[in-house]
Amino acid sequence: MSTEYEAVIGLEIHVQLSTRTKMFCGCELSFGDDPNVHTCPVCLALPGVLPVPNAKAIEYALQIGAALGCDLSPVSTFDRKNYFYPDNPKAYQITQAATPFAVNGRLGDVRIHHAHLEEDAAKTIHTGGAGRIQGSEASLVDFNRGGTPLVEIVTEPDLRSGAQVREWGQLLRATIKQLGVSDVNMEEGSLRCDANVSIRPVGSEELGTKTEMKNMNSFRFIERGIEAEVARQKEIVASGGTVVQETLHFDPATGELHSLRSKEEAHDYRYLPEPDLVQVIPTQAMIEEAKASLPELPAARAARYEGLGVNEQAALLLSFEVDWAEYFEGVLESRDGIDPRVAANWVTGEFAAELRKQGDIPLAEAKVDPASLATLIGLVNDRKISHGAGKTVLESMVSDGADPETVVAEKGLEQISDSGELEKIVIQAIEDNPKPVEQVRSGNEKAIGALVGAVMKAAQGRADGGEVNRLLRQHLGL
Amino acid sequence: MAVNELLAASGAETAAMIDSGEVDAGEVLDFWLDRVAADELNGYLWKADRESARAGIRGSGGPLAGVPVAIKDIFCTEGVPTTAASRILDGYIPPYTSTSVSRLTEAGLPMLGKTNMDEFAMGSSNENSAYGPSLNPWDRGRVPGGSSGGSAAVVAGGLAPWALGTDTGGSIRQPAGFCGIVGLKPTYGAISRYGMIAFASSLDQCGPLTRDVTDSALLLATLQGRDEMDSTSVGIEGGIVSPTAERLDGLTFGVPRGLIGAGIESGVLARFEDTLIRIAELGGTIVDIELPHAGHAISAYYVLAPAEASTNLSRYDGVRYGLRSSDEDLLSMYEVTREDGFGPEVKRRIMLGTYALSSGYYDAYYGRAQRVRTRIVEDFDNAFGSVDFVVTPTSPTVAFKLGEKTKDPWTMYQSDLFTVPMSLAGIPAISIPAGLAEPDGGGPELPVGFQIAAPAFAEQKLLEAAFALEAAIEFDGSPALEGGVN
Amino acid sequence: MIEREQVLHVARLSRLRLSEDEIDILTGELASILDHVDKLAEVDIEGVEPTSHVVPLENVLRADEPRPSLDREVALSQAPDPHDGAFRVPSPQAEA
Ligand SMILES: [Mg+2]
Ligand SMILES: [Zn+2]
Repeated sequence: MSTEYEAVIGLEIHVQLSTRTKMFCGCELSFGDDPNVHTCPVCLALPGVLPVPNAKAIEYALQIGAALGCDLSPVSTFDRKNYFYPDNPKAYQITQAATPFAVNGRLGDVRIHHAHLEEDAAKTIHTGGAGRIQGSEASLVDFNRGGTPLVEIVTEPDLRSGAQVREWGQLLRATIKQLGVSDVNMEEGSLRCDANVSIRPVGSEELGTKTEMKNMNSFRFIERGIEAEVARQKEIVASGGTVVQETLHFDPATGELHSLRSKEEAHDYRYLPEPDLVQVIPTQAMIEEAKASLPELPAARAARYEGLGVNEQAALLLSFEVDWAEYFEGVLESRDGIDPRVAANWVTGEFAAELRKQGDIPLAEAKVDPASLATLIGLVNDRKISHGAGKTVLESMVSDGADPETVVAEKGLEQISDSGELEKIVIQAIEDNPKPVEQVRSGNEKAIGALVGAVMKAAQGRADGGEVNRLLRQHLGL
Repeated sequence: MAVNELLAASGAETAAMIDSGEVDAGEVLDFWLDRVAADELNGYLWKADRESARAGIRGSGGPLAGVPVAIKDIFCTEGVPTTAASRILDGYIPPYTSTSVSRLTEAGLPMLGKTNMDEFAMGSSNENSAYGPSLNPWDRGRVPGGSSGGSAAVVAGGLAPWALGTDTGGSIRQPAGFCGIVGLKPTYGAISRYGMIAFASSLDQCGPLTRDVTDSALLLATLQGRDEMDSTSVGIEGGIVSPTAERLDGLTFGVPRGLIGAGIESGVLARFEDTLIRIAELGGTIVDIELPHAGHAISAYYVLAPAEASTNLSRYDGVRYGLRSSDEDLLSMYEVTREDGFGPEVKRRIMLGTYALSSGYYDAYYGRAQRVRTRIVEDFDNAFGSVDFVVTPTSPTVAFKLGEKTKDPWTMYQSDLFTVPMSLAGIPAISIPAGLAEPDGGGPELPVGFQIAAPAFAEQKLLEAAFALEAAIEFDGSPALEGGVN
Repeated sequence: MIEREQVLHVARLSRLRLSEDEIDILTGELASILDHVDKLAEVDIEGVEPTSHVVPLENVLRADEPRPSLDREVALSQAPDPHDGAFRVPSPQAEA
């Protein structure tokens, strides 16, 4: 018999805060500027400088803590984490080790161990050695990013699969994005995720030796990386080996895992309380403000949408992406009496599909505003045009930002509302198609489909299916 | 204008002479720059040129405008080399100016130069300077004390009217005592630390080295105050005014007899006892007090200060400024640069501090020392429940000979026996000259310092008491005026 | 008591490439200093809170308002090896 193993996964997520300035100095935050144009004595760690914390960063951090259901610490302090690296100019990072600002939270079904504030490292670009005396490899250090405020969120090892990590990660991203405290853009590095992965026999409470997977820049890659690592660990154990603690990099191009071995000895960070900073004691006002400023978060939003009759799948889709949720609400607001369930289906269904079809247009760049989509939904709902014609109209709306009513008029897609006109077409169709008529009359009701098709074709899609059906039945004497 | 008049004048007196039109600020500056140019004490690491120093005189600045000042080379000065007397910062020119120097500049004090010191302020003799020690103007075979040895030497030696120093465990008070001048370490947080190269962040404090107590009050008044660039700066509520007290009636001075024991020179003890008599004559009351844990202060200090120093000095890595000795690979860049750039005492403390913080030793050393620090803070709190001041000799000895204590670090560390407890407690303390004494084993008579410590932010009260006592002691020794220097 | 091995370890952590002589001297000096420091064990610290610093302050914060940064030439002016607007450093030694 063989033992069943399960994966045990904990996450460390770094979130860059979207303050105007850095954590401990007044340099502006930027992305993509020329190197070293946003530096000052403080963030270059020149001799004699001192850090002064950014009030906005503390405010944002408290909001994140509150959104993650954490206890906000009555006293929180900063520590120095010591290690030498060119991207770490003081050779210590100011972080929170002993008393982080938030502890014991929960998001969805994952417990949050704590969240702490710290400063980001600078960017190092490795280059060839041309021009240097020894001709060896060199690195270029750009301190623009150095000192950006970060909140690091550390979960308990509550996740069990790559897919769960992806789903939960998306929930976390949506939650923080909605707070408006970070861009949470994984490609630009404003959201970074490390995963600690181990396996253990199902039913065991003990934790196995974990490996650390660093800095993967999309939740899809994280999912694949974790699946690959879990498989690797299971294989090692199955063949009688033991997992070694190490840091791994997942290459999404090849699907391979590489060990990031470092020549330097095991880290000894020699934490000590940061003597240059005084303690942060969130006042009642600061805490209440953080809680009061919380917008409706994804989990609550999904529940509310379901309460409006939206199906679960669409409700989750909308809630995870703030801009989609806002779009959806815009549609609802644009038209009285619109059915939220129908609107949600249009937004997450036909509309999303059309954007994808026309070259993965991001929602922010879509030419269709919520009011126009609401008009289109109204046209279909009021049976002014058929559902099929509606999709045709949507195609033009997405491609040229056209107004739905104009498209309907120009293309003559308006449904035949004059029942006299439709009746003529029906009578004609009965005359032209004796065979299905015979079949229907002799009891095969399914054959009516062929007659509906003939009517529709003759009406060039402008007929309402229900009405066509009704008229056919009437004239066939059913 | 007789040259000796300017040489003998305090900062306040010089300011008054400028104010009355008796002398022109330009003449004052020229006089002092000539003195600086003839420095034979190795007191200056950088000397201002006439043009730029003249630019520092403000026509109608504050009350101190035009009185030049010497700056310890630990304060960053834009466009002017700042080395902290370390090879690792040889030739380093900061792009910004420390808050303290800015405040002096705004008050119209031209800078004469940057003074010598122990490397990164680590030392009690100035022998740890990468540029050689500055010399004691009373006896050039002896140390001026440290780490602000250059600042003390130039003030005592007639090479500056007054100077700026820093004190982490005694680095203003001990050299002031050794050189026969006044040195004040304010309450931690009274003066901004921004731009002052860090040694031990929780202890470092800027302060004046001056001819007399009034000058200390004047510089403190200019320097103190909250600074938005330093989160730990507080300032002194109500500010500081020139002291005027003549008597000490109603004030109680506590003497920690338990601390003033073995290892103290008999001459030093004699001047200390004389001074206690002066206090009593002025109406003050002397009582014995206990500081039960002060005897452990040096041990706690030599864990805490090196630990903080080890991380503060990690930034000297050859990446952004300063020395880079190797380009071989990343590790060599770090290791060879730091090996070449730091002197032996700095390495010793980096090693000691790193060890005290390293995995497995933190609790036994750093954690324990922090708790002993709490005990020492409590000792002073208790003492100040019944006395206004705590008094001790500033140092157990008078200035010692060059090389006398360099063999054994711990012996050197004992030099700060009486000054370190106040640093750990963060309270203000001043050293004033209490007369001269021969060293044990004979030698020339040398200055003895008398230390007065007060509760946090009680600087005004401290300066008043020191002012009254200074007048009673009537110390007027000056190697510069006696022709001993230059 | 500190051993030579620990001195070497601490030197590595401190990024100091000490000479053989220095290692010997430091081992002796550090041992002697630690001998004195070990007397701290005599102090009763039961239930005593650590003191990190003595400042009676909390929540000293800065408004999130930009201040001018340094010109890049100034930022790089003291760099041992400026290159292409950046601080150039040697790479970690390639692994054999
Ligand atoms: Mg982190
Ligand atoms: Zn900056």
